[in-house]
Amino acid sequence: MKNKKEKINKKNGKNTYYSVSFLIIVIALYVVLFFLKSDKIKTSLDASWNIFVGIIPVLILVVFIMGVSNYFLKPKKVSKYLGKESGVKGWFLSALFGILSHGPIYVWYPLLKDLKEHGMRSGLVAVFLYNRAIKIPLLPVMIFYFGIFFAVILCIYMIVASIVQGKIIEIIEAKYVGER
Amino acid sequence: MAKKEINNTDKSSLTYSFYKAIKSFVTTLPILFGVILLIGLFKTYVPSKAISSVFTGELFRDTFLGSAVGSISAGNPITSYIIGGELLKEGISLFAVTAFITAWVTVGIIQLPAEASILGKRFALARNILSFIFSIIVAIATVLTLQVLT
Repeated sequence: MKNKKEKINKKNGKNTYYSVSFLIIVIALYVVLFFLKSDKIKTSLDASWNIFVGIIPVLILVVFIMGVSNYFLKPKKVSKYLGKESGVKGWFLSALFGILSHGPIYVWYPLLKDLKEHGMRSGLVAVFLYNRAIKIPLLPVMIFYFGIFFAVILCIYMIVASIVQGKIIEIIEAKYVGER
Repeated sequence: MAKKEINNTDKSSLTYSFYKAIKSFVTTLPILFGVILLIGLFKTYVPSKAISSVFTGELFRDTFLGSAVGSISAGNPITSYIIGGELLKEGISLFAVTAFITAWVTVGIIQLPAEASILGKRFALARNILSFIFSIIVAIATVLTLQVLT
């Protein structure tokens, strides 16, 4: 458990390092361009500022929904309902848990591996992973840029695609392993 | 023992949930600021014509290209929405942008080694290849449905 936590902390630290490095590189690019074409830098900063100001209210909403979903959904709860005999309910729940799950993907890999070893169907793992693409806390941002109709339609198609993908993966796995 | 219980109680509290949410959000801020600043530069220095020359307006080619770029990118989906939204404003087709944001989260070329080592090579490969194909199908279906409904 401690080892797992250490691994996650190490990975988080690495991610923060890459994120900060990325920001530093972009700032360095601004500095270089300032000396080469200084007249356009202010326009760039204005464009960035306008984007930032536009999304502030949405970002506040994102943090709020993230907090609420952290409170209600815990990985232990997920593992309880995705067993081998879960049937149709399993497909539905893996889609739902995929949508509601939060945090970086690598946090969920060990749990999914554990569940798979305890009989969780590969198709359900695929459904869970695909539906992680739909993030309720981030929906306000998607709606802000693309509109509510787009967000709803895309989510519906993604859920359908996840189940089709899950079924195909089960067929592929069955073909190679000889079990279904 | 008692200390452990207090810790567990604390971790299930709403305050801790929000603390975790804010902490997780703050870690994405450098990337978010970096991307926003980069878009600012992009908007100023790269003319719209250059972008349009890559995305020709041809449905399948643009959608495929959107999926390909989304597949090799990684990070918080919020970043893909911002980039996608700005690309849309630049006149890139909704097909390409939808494929881009869908592939961004469903295909993980960068995470592929981790996924393969933990969940199995065949599973990870099949899942990522299928996700790539589905990002194109989902994009086309979404935009066509949107066009019919609105």
